[in-house]
Amino acid sequence: MRERIVRVASGQGFWGDWQEAPKLQVRTGPIDYLMLDYLAEITMSILQKQRERDPAAGYARDFVPLIAGLTPELLGRGIRVVSNAGGVNPDGCRRALFEAVEEIPTSRPLRVAVVSGDDLMDRLDSLLQEGHELRNMETGEPLSAIRERVQSANAYIGAAPIIEALRMEADVVITGRSTDTALTYAPLIHEHGWAADDWDRIAAGVVAGHINECGAQATGGNTLFDWRGVDLEAPGYPIIEMAADGSFTVTKHADLGGRVTWATVSEQLVYEMGDPVEYITPDCIADFSTIQLRDLGEDRVAISGVRGRERTGMLKVSIAYRDGWKATGSLVYAAPDALDKAIRADEILRARLARLGLRFDEVRTEFVGAGACSGRSPDTLPEAVRQGLPEVELRVGVRSADRTAVERFTRELAPLILAGPPSVTGFAAGRPRVQEIMAYWPALIDRDSVERNLEVEVSHA
Amino acid sequence: MNVRLERIAIARSGDKGDAANVGVIALIEEAWPILVREVTEARVSKHFAAVCKGRVDRFELPNLGALNFLLHESLGGGGTVSLMLDAQGKTFASSLLELEIDAPEEVVSLCDRVLTGELPGR
Repeated sequence: MRERIVRVASGQGFWGDWQEAPKLQVRTGPIDYLMLDYLAEITMSILQKQRERDPAAGYARDFVPLIAGLTPELLGRGIRVVSNAGGVNPDGCRRALFEAVEEIPTSRPLRVAVVSGDDLMDRLDSLLQEGHELRNMETGEPLSAIRERVQSANAYIGAAPIIEALRMEADVVITGRSTDTALTYAPLIHEHGWAADDWDRIAAGVVAGHINECGAQATGGNTLFDWRGVDLEAPGYPIIEMAADGSFTVTKHADLGGRVTWATVSEQLVYEMGDPVEYITPDCIADFSTIQLRDLGEDRVAISGVRGRERTGMLKVSIAYRDGWKATGSLVYAAPDALDKAIRADEILRARLARLGLRFDEVRTEFVGAGACSGRSPDTLPEAVRQGLPEVELRVGVRSADRTAVERFTRELAPLILAGPPSVTGFAAGRPRVQEIMAYWPALIDRDSVERNLEVEVSHA
Repeated sequence: MNVRLERIAIARSGDKGDAANVGVIALIEEAWPILVREVTEARVSKHFAAVCKGRVDRFELPNLGALNFLLHESLGGGGTVSLMLDAQGKTFASSLLELEIDAPEEVVSLCDRVLTGELPGR
């Protein structure tokens, strides 16, 4: 008997990722599961804002037409979808999906599961009253310090509710703040029947999830190894082929672009890495220093030997809170003396802001084209480089608790077009937009307080 | 010989709150001990002095021939608070590859052959 392999394909690495990728994953070759990751730390607060304006909103809208359009093929090929597209309104996401598939002829009704209970916003005060301080993991401050400014609060939840949904034969599982990696390892635990304390195999699933969760970043996107040589016009996104023993292969559909090598996979493995020995997830602690990686050639990389340790008693909570206002704007100055003109314009702007008596927590000036990414002062540029710059973008950002100060700043950039140094352009986009800052407050909570409230519900269109 | 780190390694960077992470991977096994010797916390801290206001932690991943650096207080507050152009530290990886290091000529020339596709690499 051939060893049983489960294929989990990555279709989205963030909200805004390439819409063709998931379709190509379904249509170009065999896969068993399609995982779609839409959530970053800041995404939940954006979705919460959208839901405040419209109670039916608050989920990743792109997901709905995508999955509706793919439904006949998903059902036809038996491909199941696991996604955190639900954001702060997984139920609303499902309702929209059901509406969208109504028009589409399918072989049988689509079964969709919703996982809820990760959203702590409505329970926040009772949790605080019960003695959960939700202290900031970085500063140690208790949440009560900023309670009234909290915009969203979600626990990063693990694989259990997704596995339950798959047992209930859901075709599509919509979650809220499921841990990114769980979207990959939950179906693997389900298919291979791994025990909840099989730390090594779950850790292997976590590594697979880490490779999948950023889409094409594991298949040649962003690679610094021969980046010119990679065909990224229609890249294949990663596909995990997992064996029951926890060893797996990273690959992609052969007919698509992109590249899977020791280099592309290693680069993704170290992406957003903290302490590699302590990669903490809700379901285990994975040890990335145990990964054995072998490039098999032909876009196949084998991974084995992954070790894990027992999960902790806590879950991470992602809290976003309103923390003032900011705006960023720019103007472009052309040669000769492009940098000097931009520097002079910045001096004038700052003098005008000072005359207005506006107070900011930070005013940041960057000279794009003259080393802005390095953070180094343009004074450190060699004179020959400085003289040779064909143009420089003056980019100025301000931040303040006072919204009116930030508003006023946005009106002080345009006057430089006529009342400023010469050779200026690049202002067609108009006045900068004032943005409310959503600051991030990472905290921990004991897992029982969250997990006793998790719910899984399956229904069909 | 003195060369830029990009001759013997590749890298990737990203954000973790207000910290940036930079992972550096040796092109061949023989380049790993050179990474360990040359790319120290102190040198990385100096290289990123203009952006990194906090400490630098280094973690070793000999199994991947990689080092992982955490550069604390480097992203202007991180997330949406930051006013920086590169608020997620995405370009820090290629910046670190510009670091000047001392590497044996034979290792550099082996790495050159990996970069041209003549040898397979790790």
